[in-house]
Amino acid sequence: MIIKALVKPAYYQDSVALMWISRRVHACAGVHKAAVMMATPQNKDIMREAGLFTEAVARAGPGDMVIVVSAETEEAAAGALREAEQWLAKPVGEEKNSTTSSQYRHLAAGIRSLPGADVAVISVPGVYAAAESLKALKNGLHVFLFSDNVSLEDEIQLKRLAHQRGLLLMGPDCGTAFIGGVPLGFANAVRRGGIGIVGASGTGMQEIMCLVDRWGGGISHAFGTGSRDLSMGVGGITTLDALEILARDEQTKVVVLVSKPPAPQVAEKILRRVGGMGKPVVLCLLGNNNTTSRRGVYMARTLEDAARLAVVLERGEAPGTDTVEGSVPTLSLDITGGYLRGLFSGGTLAEEALLILRACIGRVYSNLPEGETLADPNFSKENTIVDMGSDEFTVGRPHPMIDFSYRLERFQREVADPRVSVILMDVVLGFGSHPDPAAELVPPISEAIKEARRTNRDLNIVLNVVGTDADPQDYTAQVTRLKTAGALVAPTNAQAALMAAKLLSSGRGKLELEVNKQ
Amino acid sequence: MARIVAQLSDDIDPASLGGKIASANQEALIRITSARPVVVDMLPARKVIPGMSSNTILHAGPPIEWDRMCGPMRGAVIGALLYEGMASSPDEAEKLAVSGEIEFAPCHSRNAVGPMAGIISPSMPVWVVVNETFGNLAFSTMNEGWGRTLRFGAYDDKVIERLKWMEYRLAPAMKYLIERLQGIDLKSIIAQALQMGDECHNRDIAATNLFFKKAAPVLVDSDLDSSMVREVISFLGNHEHFFLNLAMAACKATLDAAENIPYCSVVTAIARNGVEVGIRVSGLGDRWFTEEATIPQGLYFPGYSESDANPDIGDSAITETAGIGAFVMGTAPAIVQFVGGTPEDAVRLTREMYEITVGTNDSYRLPNMSFIGAPTAIDVRKVVETGILPIINTGIAHKEPGHGLVGAGIVRVPRGAFEKALRALAEKYAPEGRVLT
Repeated sequence: MIIKALVKPAYYQDSVALMWISRRVHACAGVHKAAVMMATPQNKDIMREAGLFTEAVARAGPGDMVIVVSAETEEAAAGALREAEQWLAKPVGEEKNSTTSSQYRHLAAGIRSLPGADVAVISVPGVYAAAESLKALKNGLHVFLFSDNVSLEDEIQLKRLAHQRGLLLMGPDCGTAFIGGVPLGFANAVRRGGIGIVGASGTGMQEIMCLVDRWGGGISHAFGTGSRDLSMGVGGITTLDALEILARDEQTKVVVLVSKPPAPQVAEKILRRVGGMGKPVVLCLLGNNNTTSRRGVYMARTLEDAARLAVVLERGEAPGTDTVEGSVPTLSLDITGGYLRGLFSGGTLAEEALLILRACIGRVYSNLPEGETLADPNFSKENTIVDMGSDEFTVGRPHPMIDFSYRLERFQREVADPRVSVILMDVVLGFGSHPDPAAELVPPISEAIKEARRTNRDLNIVLNVVGTDADPQDYTAQVTRLKTAGALVAPTNAQAALMAAKLLSSGRGKLELEVNKQ
Repeated sequence: MARIVAQLSDDIDPASLGGKIASANQEALIRITSARPVVVDMLPARKVIPGMSSNTILHAGPPIEWDRMCGPMRGAVIGALLYEGMASSPDEAEKLAVSGEIEFAPCHSRNAVGPMAGIISPSMPVWVVVNETFGNLAFSTMNEGWGRTLRFGAYDDKVIERLKWMEYRLAPAMKYLIERLQGIDLKSIIAQALQMGDECHNRDIAATNLFFKKAAPVLVDSDLDSSMVREVISFLGNHEHFFLNLAMAACKATLDAAENIPYCSVVTAIARNGVEVGIRVSGLGDRWFTEEATIPQGLYFPGYSESDANPDIGDSAITETAGIGAFVMGTAPAIVQFVGGTPEDAVRLTREMYEITVGTNDSYRLPNMSFIGAPTAIDVRKVVETGILPIINTGIAHKEPGHGLVGAGIVRVPRGAFEKALRALAEKYAPEGRVLT
């Protein structure tokens, strides 16, 4: 029989709590008797009678706590003492928050409550965003930085720090990511698979992911980089790090990089990297018409093009030279009808539509850098495409992917212009977006179509819906409702733009046949 | 500010600035929770407090000169000069105070603490508390009782008479008691009192009773003059707040051991002089970071209102600094009635304090909050980051000298003091501002 005692000096505990711990200790394997008590004279008597009185107990004072066990073996006794210490160190129950949802006032508390978390999603006003990102990086977390208005200097410093620490800083102004099956920001419910995406463009990534899903492929990860990542200043830090992750990731078979054309020096770095990936890479650099002859690198001219190439490559097939439908036509069309007005919520989608339409019909006004600049983005001129998600429209207002009111106001104004014959819009479904865009769009669209029919006016409303059937809004259900309202729904953004162009050149009748086939 | 917080925030890399701060703060938490304050003596201030000359008067809060002192503190200084026999009338005392012959210094600068005006003069007997773990000493006077007392700025004959009685009758009895008991372990009394509904700042009834329970048998059984024993027992028996000054000295002994840890952002003192609230931070030595004191919210005695109240005053916020007092209000819900609160409010306030502290003190547990340890070691960074200001339970003194206590309530430590301290930490430890300048 072994008796072991441990004295914790000046360690007052309520006797009920101690009796509770005594019972736990007593239940330990090989333990005969156990006492966890304050060493008051009365308690010492109890221990003496129990045969648990040692010299250490004798020396302990009334403010000291003693733990005494008698056990079969030395190990059993030591184990029981350790057990007692553990119970003492831990409150009986961690204090529970009585409110139903947990709100934390700082990152450290959040990290404590969610051990193992490795990504921080940061969405705070820009002036605080850099500071919060720094904190997250210091805590070893990857950062999904949704906020904008972060200075270029801060972005560079944060990305350098992230790189040094082997962490990924997605953003700033990063709208979309899909990491290991978890969608962040604006993202869609897509099948998992072997296609990894890196992109400076949120809606562009969403379009590709949804098309990949629709065409039978799957996504491994998608990393947003922030729109400035491929600029000279940032030098593609996040893009290169994300490519590195995808290069090492076993699940990823094909890599897609989607962006505006990078700064030339950065482009060179990126091309060097993607040339040595050891996996096929699809490059979709919107507005870039150069091709590359590097092996395993495929140039896509549109988002749809990129998605289709990726799916083919994921299946392990060799893409033909021109397997892609809906590629950018080189021929200019003769415009016979009225004007086009494009009202977009996705910046990249607006940009792609602009590039296609410009190739088809010539001059297009817009608030995008690629278009003929509108004097006032609130007023359209001739053929116009506006990105309604850009800052001049969103300051003090929710994003048009969430709130349709401002876009619908503009829609009414465009429809009221008798010279307008085509309205082109995107509808982005998925997490973070409006829960039911059709409910917002159906009444004004059917009203406008009805009114146009009544007055024999040629008015076409062309939509592209970005989404999947697994999205909370359900792609098929949304499309059906929008078609019933009289809208023409194209399968991709590029095709929506082409359809708009053809409508402008040929009028409605011919095209409806084509659309109905799809 | 957000950038400074980020720059100084915890970092998993131990060699980085944030890593050094994190480990320094853990060190402070360990020092605070492993402290073992024990009363070992009762001696006149001049014999035991370092640098206490015959014309030194210690006061509560950060440093302040006579001409800036608030009413109750001036009243208490006048009372102390009368008590010491250095003046024979309030007028004379005031002239002496102005003359520059009196050396005023914060209690905190001499390892001491005093409630409200916090006046300690050379003849006043003080508790001598040793932190047995680290060997450092702390001092405080004995509590005079409720109502018109020196600490609230009253100085009439009755006040002085009581102080004299304390010096000649109470102090010897307490000295005898300490000797017979071979020291009194304050940590275990505080721990038990917290389980009995005290927070050991505004509510000390359980702690005082525990002390009385130790004292009475010894005093009754002593060879002390029987009339003296009767007086002392009757004084202790009628005094619900007697333990407060012992709790304060225990907390001071505890926190002094956590001072001067390089990189440490833990608050080691919060104190108020009735004009300013000041804090000290471990990694910044004995510098004070101050902000204008505010009027506590609370309940007033009949005939008094907020317009009579002096701004926040006293060293007793040392209890909150050590993680008890208002920080453990959840275990002492009776106290929130001062502000019309419910037990749920008390728990909510305590829960808030976990957001601004480094960790918990497992010696001080809160039964009705699942026995969680008290929120301990206030982190300047967390205060600034969350905007949650430390809460303090406090008495309210009349703003004019001579009146005394008019109420009690709660008050928050102003944010500015923490922002100043945080800036100073950044200047001292991150002068180059390596990231995010």
